[in-house]
Amino acid sequence: MATFNFELVSPERVLFSGDVDAVVLPATEGDMTVLAGHAPTMTALKTGFLVITSTPGNGRRILVRGGFADVNQNGLTVLAERALPAEELTQEILDHEILQAEMAYDSTNDQAAKHAAESAVAQLREAKAALNF
Amino acid sequence: MPSLKDLRNRIASVKATQKITKAMQMVAAAKLRRAQTAAEAARPYAERMSSVLGNLASGIVVGPETPRLLAGTGSDRVHLLIVCTAERGLCGAFNSSIARLARDHANRLMAEGKTVKIICVGKKGYDILRRQFAQQIIELIDLRSVRQLGFEQGDMIAQKVLARFEAGEFDVATLFYSRFRSVIAQIPTAQHIIPAQIEASGTSSDAVYDYEPEEGEILATLLPRNLTVQIFRALLENAASEQGARMSAMDSATRNAGEMIKKQTMTYNRSRQAMITKELIEIISGAEAL
Repeated sequence: MATFNFELVSPERVLFSGDVDAVVLPATEGDMTVLAGHAPTMTALKTGFLVITSTPGNGRRILVRGGFADVNQNGLTVLAERALPAEELTQEILDHEILQAEMAYDSTNDQAAKHAAESAVAQLREAKAALNF
Repeated sequence: MPSLKDLRNRIASVKATQKITKAMQMVAAAKLRRAQTAAEAARPYAERMSSVLGNLASGIVVGPETPRLLAGTGSDRVHLLIVCTAERGLCGAFNSSIARLARDHANRLMAEGKTVKIICVGKKGYDILRRQFAQQIIELIDLRSVRQLGFEQGDMIAQKVLARFEAGEFDVATLFYSRFRSVIAQIPTAQHIIPAQIEASGTSSDAVYDYEPEEGEILATLLPRNLTVQIFRALLENAASEQGARMSAMDSATRNAGEMIKKQTMTYNRSRQAMITKELIEIISGAEAL
């Protein structure tokens, strides 16, 4: 299978850099999978799991909260505002993230921001359930 | 001529000071390593951010619809200077060189008849600037209670700046900080952050981008985030520069103290010897007189 270059960077560090087969992105308009030779695209991300497949049938999950993905001829670059690999996630971290998202929901009056925060809370709850906490 | 006891006291006090400066140097060296790794880890994000933004902006024609963060407000009457310095002193010329750069900039703007407003991040810069610009300083952001610089601090400052920009309080914003080149070289830097400086991307191709959601919408969220990233990066660079400056300042202080101790010990030994010789002469000449 053809591979392409993928980089996942958060403000604090580079989380992933290398060749991969496929990446599933939690884009704002719905999840999308990027494969090699994808058309140049730029999309905003919502809260959710990003799945990296570097060997078939073997994925690595990373929880991202907001950010951007840029697909061009050089590969895929994801700028995540916050990124937590699934293996580093604990119940406390998730609870803290949920609390923050709920606070964001309460502190804003803007309809779009409220909607974004609401879906973030839902996604985080789902993540918590998926990881059996 | 100081007495032997005075000399002894002075040597003891210089030795005590030397111990302190030596300890500070070692603490700064340990902190520097951490700050440097953090600053270097943050670089890829900031670089990617500006290249993504460059890609995006190269395809946009500046018009009335363009976000004001990119196009500017159309005037440059009111300038905001964001001066990032350290919270603590004893780090050589670090704080004063940033403050000097900001002061020169402010003076030049005021000579041109522009209005200047200043936000100080860090107490030391505030202490220096407040003497001359007490009227212009509108806010002091204190990061003393922050132990580990995180993205949240950059975000907090960016939100404050954005709120003032939205309220139309200023037209142009410049960020002052010290870029970390190496332990002995920190370069005070002024960086335009509003309107955003977009470097022309070399990779701009004619490939048509798909935007999801709309182009303008992405730009509208990307621009404030870019501001946060730039400020966060400045804070990290500043933190590394501060520790570097403190390390070299404390290194030379320790060396100076060493030299001083050597000199004082020499004087002490000389005068002790002189005293012994004098007493001997007195005894001998007394014996001869008999």
